[in-house]
Amino acid sequence: MFDFLSNYDDPSLLGAFWVTVQLTVFSAIGSLIWGTLLAAMRVSPVPLMRGFGTAYVNIVRNIPLTVIIVFTSLGLADIFGVTMGAADDFDVKYFRLAVLGLVAYTAAFVCEAIRSGINTVPVGQAEAARAIGLSFSQVLRLVVLPQAFRSVIGPLANVLIALTKNTTVAATIGVAEAALLMKEMIENEAQVLLIGGIFAFGFVVLTLPTGLFLNWLSKRLAVKR
Amino acid sequence: MTSVLYDAPGPKAKRRNVIFSVIFFVLLALLLWWIWRVMDEKNQLQWSLWKPFTQSQAWTTYLLPGLANTLKAAGLAMVIALPLGAVLGIARMSDHRWVRIPAGAVVEFFRAIPVLLLMLFANEVYVRYTGISSDDRPLYAVVTGLVLYNASVLAEVVRAGILSLPKGQTEAAQAIGLRKTQTMTSILLPQAVTAMLPAIVSQLVVIVKDTALGGVMLNFTELLNSRATLAANYANVIPSFIVVAIIFIILNFILTSFASWLEGWLRRSKRSTGAVVGVEDVTELNAAEIGGTHGTGAGKGGA
Repeated sequence: MFDFLSNYDDPSLLGAFWVTVQLTVFSAIGSLIWGTLLAAMRVSPVPLMRGFGTAYVNIVRNIPLTVIIVFTSLGLADIFGVTMGAADDFDVKYFRLAVLGLVAYTAAFVCEAIRSGINTVPVGQAEAARAIGLSFSQVLRLVVLPQAFRSVIGPLANVLIALTKNTTVAATIGVAEAALLMKEMIENEAQVLLIGGIFAFGFVVLTLPTGLFLNWLSKRLAVKR
Repeated sequence: MTSVLYDAPGPKAKRRNVIFSVIFFVLLALLLWWIWRVMDEKNQLQWSLWKPFTQSQAWTTYLLPGLANTLKAAGLAMVIALPLGAVLGIARMSDHRWVRIPAGAVVEFFRAIPVLLLMLFANEVYVRYTGISSDDRPLYAVVTGLVLYNASVLAEVVRAGILSLPKGQTEAAQAIGLRKTQTMTSILLPQAVTAMLPAIVSQLVVIVKDTALGGVMLNFTELLNSRATLAANYANVIPSFIVVAIIFIILNFILTSFASWLEGWLRRSKRSTGAVVGVEDVTELNAAEIGGTHGTGAGKGGA
């Protein structure tokens, strides 16, 4: 029943899912960094930075991820000659372009998750901290951020799960991840239902434990108010 | 302004903010200038590339039919997914375990799978087992994929909508002797639908964005796909991307603003119970919780 799987070794089934995992991990790290910077801008006292953060989030959130990913290939790579340090190796080049697109897109959602986390900390907490004479960095380090981080875990977990599913969009520029392999298999093999089931199971395995664990963590760490 | 992070600025902080503003402005200007220069270097600012968008032909031949297909797929998906989602959502709150658990499993399963996989699968099933013509097939496949995914998301929205109603609604319905079905159809559901409206509109944004996936992977002639045909004709890849992105931004911005306005309006209106499933709540609905534990909600009727 599973014989046909041996016909695919570049990439193999596990290899394709490994690419999906890599896309997820690299994009998650990148979007966490860029998203945190954006969130810092959105809550900063400098109006221009706030404006830039707000504009970025509202623009990027309303563009389909597919448009962004396809643009990295047809626009950035083909017209502007962006090679991401891999001019000869097409696999690496398009992988990195896909990560770039995913980071640009996901960072907007990370930013919103972090911002909403900061907003859940009552103003009274910071006011009380200032009243007992803590400095700005102490207020952030000892009072606000510890509370904000805990309430951010739940929303960030949802972003991570959405990101895992969004990596399939990289198939549109030919990154050999799970969805592209599924397209190839399902068009060439007879077992349509089986193939659909295998790939669906793969994504359930990737998203469900992450979701359950992070959800458990966020409930455990939640600040009781 | 005061926020949880900082106090109203004093003279020193004001001066610092001005300095930061200037530095940031310079950086931003440099970035914009650099983008402008690169665009110019690659001859992307030539008027001949942008001119098609000022003439009606580019719009009537490519962009507007593409946009119409995007809206058609999104609208169809929403109209089909909504009743399906309502059924799944209510089934998930059933008192009977044999209804509740399968419904919960279906909802969680389809929410855990990327919508692209659903589209590809639906497309192949239509190719092999139905006689749908190859012209119609992309639309069918895209709508099927979107319906499967969004019905399960909307099921959670419906459930959240019903759970957001005050408990007194169910209790009052039971007190006047309504059955479970009557409580659901004539008391809870009508109020929940109103409460859900903002969340439903903002889910439409997600659907509109996901149609673009079908354009590239299944050759469905929506907006992004029409862009490719247009760019092949006028040889203006970058301008066409920018125009299509702007169309998407405007469309989704209108939908998002409408959802927020609706949410505010519902919160202010005095006729309802004040229960609202907001725009933000859709993303809050957790993506991975196999059901079964939520059976004792507002939908629970008399023994």
